[in-house]
Amino acid sequence: MEIVLQALANGIVSGSLLAVPALGFSAIFAVLRYPNFAIGSLATVGAYAAWSANTAFGAPVLVAIGAGAAVAGLTGIALEAVALDRLGRGGPLMKAIGSLAAAMILENVVRFGFGNDLHAFDLPLARDVMVGPVRVGPQQLAGLAVALAVMAAVWAFLSLTSLGRSMRAVADNPDLARLKGVSPRLVSLVTVFVGAALCGIGGTLVGLDASLDPLVGGRILLSVFAAAVVGGLDSIPGAVAGAFLIGIAEEFTVLALAPAYRLAVSFAVIFLVLSFRPAGILGRAAR
Amino acid sequence: MLTYVLFALVVGSIYALLAQSLMLSWGLAGLVNLGLAGFFALGAYASATSTTWGHVPVPVGIALAVVAAAAAGFVVCVSTLRLRDDYLAIVTLGFAEVVRIVASNEVWLTGGTDGISGVPVLVPRSAGLGFHAGTLAIVAVAVAIVYALQRRLLLSPWGRALRAIREDQIVAAVAGKSVVRFKAEAFCLACAIAGLAGALYGHYTSYVAPDQFQPLVSIYIFLAVTAGGKARPAGPVVGAYALVAFLEATRFAGELIPGVSPVQAAALREILVGLGLLVVLGLRPEGLLPERSQKAPAP
Repeated sequence: MEIVLQALANGIVSGSLLAVPALGFSAIFAVLRYPNFAIGSLATVGAYAAWSANTAFGAPVLVAIGAGAAVAGLTGIALEAVALDRLGRGGPLMKAIGSLAAAMILENVVRFGFGNDLHAFDLPLARDVMVGPVRVGPQQLAGLAVALAVMAAVWAFLSLTSLGRSMRAVADNPDLARLKGVSPRLVSLVTVFVGAALCGIGGTLVGLDASLDPLVGGRILLSVFAAAVVGGLDSIPGAVAGAFLIGIAEEFTVLALAPAYRLAVSFAVIFLVLSFRPAGILGRAAR
Repeated sequence: MLTYVLFALVVGSIYALLAQSLMLSWGLAGLVNLGLAGFFALGAYASATSTTWGHVPVPVGIALAVVAAAAAGFVVCVSTLRLRDDYLAIVTLGFAEVVRIVASNEVWLTGGTDGISGVPVLVPRSAGLGFHAGTLAIVAVAVAIVYALQRRLLLSPWGRALRAIREDQIVAAVAGKSVVRFKAEAFCLACAIAGLAGALYGHYTSYVAPDQFQPLVSIYIFLAVTAGGKARPAGPVVGAYALVAFLEATRFAGELIPGVSPVQAAALREILVGLGLLVVLGLRPEGLLPERSQKAPAP
């Protein structure tokens, strides 16, 4: 019983960390209508930026997370403006392939600069907390809190600001949004910035939870896709629900199979959802 | 030196087969297979395990590899062909990852991360240069056969239907073509070619391990196919040999730049490959050899 509760707690924490980049992926998919395969590498770029701010400049963790978000967001905009935007004329698949090439470039730029070694954030050591029979690290709790705060901020941005409402309008019906005077280019760039920044925060949170290497973002790519697919790919609340589901499912798999099979769960979920309910739990019809 | 050139040519021919696989699924049918490395791996493992541990003759192992890759291709594509094309891209990417996880962890089946060594070779190693030259001849014949088949397919009604579907599936469906069936056939056939490439690769290096099938391989092949031209049978072949020449040239160039560690040199190479793909996709997506438009057949 304790094992099950522990897995559930771990699943909720890792689900909350997945939810942040999954929100970013779904936002980009909803507005720009292509799957961005660079989100893993953008997460890596954000994590290394945050780590540099933390260890080289001594920035406190929250400031470092902000720095990671900003650098990842700007990198995302640069990619879109320099390379991906022009590929869009060839259709969404061209952009998807281009984003995969961009992912490879970013990952190797990080590798060139920082090498393959593991890096860790400069954090005070702290004892685990026991909540009933469940053991939780303070780092996990802090990650959960930051992730929940980011989700709340995204929700507030989408529903309370006019820019956020324009984003939802373009996602819903681009032609109607244009008629109403919403600039699709501005909305696209804002979405890419927000989406990439969310990936950067997600990568930083994962790095804070464990350690950093050039594959830190690439390793969560499939889980993020799975979360987004479960949610219906273009649904923001769906991505959050999907992330928690995937996080919990992965932790329960670890109980039964070798830890390496975490990613296999993501693939199995993607495969089953697309076979039987392609619209996910909250998405529009997927055709 | 001659051994090295022959080695590069064999690898180039294996990449040519992979590129031909991608040309068939992506160039002709518009189906993006981001998990090419997974089907390549599956073919290599199917033939390596059955010949090394099951002691079946090599040709039977190769046939098993082709069938296994085609069957996996069917399972992977069948659920997503009715959906938007980018769903297949996501599923195939995941498939390649799962193949690598299974290959690394199921030691009883695949030897785990240690891999399988002592895979039977196509030509006896004692033949020295003849080993490389003989293998090259066999792989090159495979490339030539696939090339001839693809030329034939392009001119056939099947090839025309496939390209019609790629351009506009609704029109093709209205014209009475079964869109899902044509796509599934093209994808399975393409996966079979990738499986063949894997089997031949394993029987050449005589060693199969998960590290040989990094996702990187898929991106290499995308670069080869886009650069060569993705809808002409000669395109992927030209692109694959050019890619291997580029990879081998940069291998030496990395050693010449002062103050760059081996890790950094490898990273630079991957950056160049990624940049190359972005530049070709952006500036000349039709590649070196663009698709020829065909005349309508005489009534």
